[in-house]
Amino acid sequence: MSAGGVDDGAPVIAVHGLTKRFGGRTVVDAVDLSVGRGRICGFLGPNGSGKTTTLRMICGLLIPDGGEGRVLGFDMLRERAAIKARVGYMTQKFGLFADLTIAENLEFFARVHGLDRRRERVAEALERLGLATRGQQLAGSLSGGWKQRLALAACVLHEPEILLLDEPTAGVDPQARREFWDQIHALAAQGMTVLVSTHYMDEAERCHEIAYIAYGRMLARGTIDEVIAGSRLHALQGEGRLDDGRGADRLAAEIEGRPGVAMAAPFGTAIHVCGPDAADLRAAVAPWADRIDWREVQPSLEDVFIHLMRGAQDNSVVVSP
Amino acid sequence: MIAGSSWQATSQRILAMIFKEIRQMTRDRGTVGMMLAMPLIQLMIFGFAINNDPRALPMAVEVNDVSPFARSVVAALRNTSYFRVTRVIDAPGEGERLLARGEVQFVVTVPVDFGRDLVRGARPQLLVTADATDPAATGNALSSVEQAVAGALSHDLIGPLALRAQGASPVEVVVHRSYNPEGITSHNTVPGLLAVVLSMTMVMLTALSVTREVEQGTMENLLATPLRPFEVMVGKIVPYLFIGVVQMGVILLAAQFVFRVPFMGSIALTLFATLLFMVTSLALGFTLSTLARSQLQAMQMSFFYMLPSILLSGFAFPFRGMPLWAQWVAEVLPTTHFIRLVRGIMLKGWTLADAALELGVLAAMLLVLGTIAVRRYQDTVA
Repeated sequence: MSAGGVDDGAPVIAVHGLTKRFGGRTVVDAVDLSVGRGRICGFLGPNGSGKTTTLRMICGLLIPDGGEGRVLGFDMLRERAAIKARVGYMTQKFGLFADLTIAENLEFFARVHGLDRRRERVAEALERLGLATRGQQLAGSLSGGWKQRLALAACVLHEPEILLLDEPTAGVDPQARREFWDQIHALAAQGMTVLVSTHYMDEAERCHEIAYIAYGRMLARGTIDEVIAGSRLHALQGEGRLDDGRGADRLAAEIEGRPGVAMAAPFGTAIHVCGPDAADLRAAVAPWADRIDWREVQPSLEDVFIHLMRGAQDNSVVVSP
Repeated sequence: MIAGSSWQATSQRILAMIFKEIRQMTRDRGTVGMMLAMPLIQLMIFGFAINNDPRALPMAVEVNDVSPFARSVVAALRNTSYFRVTRVIDAPGEGERLLARGEVQFVVTVPVDFGRDLVRGARPQLLVTADATDPAATGNALSSVEQAVAGALSHDLIGPLALRAQGASPVEVVVHRSYNPEGITSHNTVPGLLAVVLSMTMVMLTALSVTREVEQGTMENLLATPLRPFEVMVGKIVPYLFIGVVQMGVILLAAQFVFRVPFMGSIALTLFATLLFMVTSLALGFTLSTLARSQLQAMQMSFFYMLPSILLSGFAFPFRGMPLWAQWVAEVLPTTHFIRLVRGIMLKGWTLADAALELGVLAAMLLVLGTIAVRRYQDTVA
């Protein structure tokens, strides 16, 4: 399994200063990323933050304008063919052939990768998918959840060492999402390295580690605890009713403008407030301390991300150079 | 007021649709450009390029007689404005070669002792050989010959020779319609149809098939696999080649058994030329697909190519009837060269040596288009 001379323990994805510009816009700006073998790395960030572009550069679909890196020990600038052969990439949009059957789609990818025992592999994949009896159905007629499972099956058919998934669970129901993630963990347990982009916080929490990118810049990396601790945010949860009978949640707009408060968001009838300093935060909510019960809580990943995002500069609006 | 209850509401909604439609239309520059360019191009082609009464057709003259009558005859032909002397033949057999190669449309042969026989009242023959593959191109010119010759000689046959100018024409004009003696239009059209049908399917189908992958998002998946651009290209082209071969078979069989088109040349050479043309058209389709961003655009581009391919290539209208600029436009189209090839081989019995020039042009086009296609087709997205 040491293709390209990768030893276990060393990162299979190691990129530095990755940069990509489209027109005058820097979409990915000096991103560093390293993922170890068998790890599941969640790739998070707002829309248009450069997640897809980064994934495309890693799998050789885009050539970076700056930076360098190794994927499975191969130079990502010069050995893209070798990388493509060993990486499975699942696109954001369903990218299989809608007018071919499920089995025909799998056969195609088996052929393209030059796999032996094609029939058996396709049959096995269909079995695993639970589509053994529906192999002759057109791929385009599958529901969203099934399409996503089929797409995953197609991109792991050649047993890639790295799996790149671009928002694989967008628009998929909770049960299908759970099954999908169970499968990702099973694949990682076999040694597959997974880099998966997502918008869902619960999915981020299922990853071994996360990388947060916003407007092209890497803002946070590490395990969830590390990222939360690294943010130095403090959070308070407020519950109770005001004098006029309104719930604590109605205070959001009022509290957010106060000094020391980074953000305030309603959660049901409760309110969630966070800021960089615990004492300042307490002071900010003091006027409502009599009626509302304020309790110190751990900031959520979402708090951290929104905080990071607000601190980053939006580059999605084109500024003429 | 309840929406949808009155004609105002209806017109409001229709207006909403109209505004939306106009905005979308103006965003799609290709379609707007096409709408504006199409009438202009059609005006140019139908208004200026196409001419069903071609004049100044190239003619070779072989004069084997030194009398002033021979000169009068040639001058008279020139004066009809149908003929333009481009070659003077001094070696026997050269006229046939020039006709076969398509370098001239007519060869006029003034026989030995033409003047002497004329004076004697022996009604010498004047031989006019025409490349009649396209009857439309030669019809009017040929019908003008007899009168022009008689008219010219009536000026020369004066004084004691005036008697010769009376009664039957003093010269017997022998018209030889080569390659298509009966002037059957389908002999010319059916081989040309092979070119038109093939370029229509080959160019359009490939252009659409590649843009479809891009539009449906499957291209990204293809490119993420070890498939190389060259492999994708060949893989896409080969199935269409099969379709092209079937189309060729149908047309050639119909030419043979339904239209009874003479097949003078070798079948192998026809197949080779057709295959070369198919691959060139496929490469063109592929190049278009790398330029088009949507299937609609690919369709429009193919249409833009098809229009001159049908109208200017010599398929529908005589090539020599067109002004020079239109002929140059046509020279750039692979269809023009293939039409010459297939008519040459089928009707004139071209050999490999005769066909070499046109084959070379097609091969050069294939090289250029293939290079552009491979260059433009990247193994990366965006």
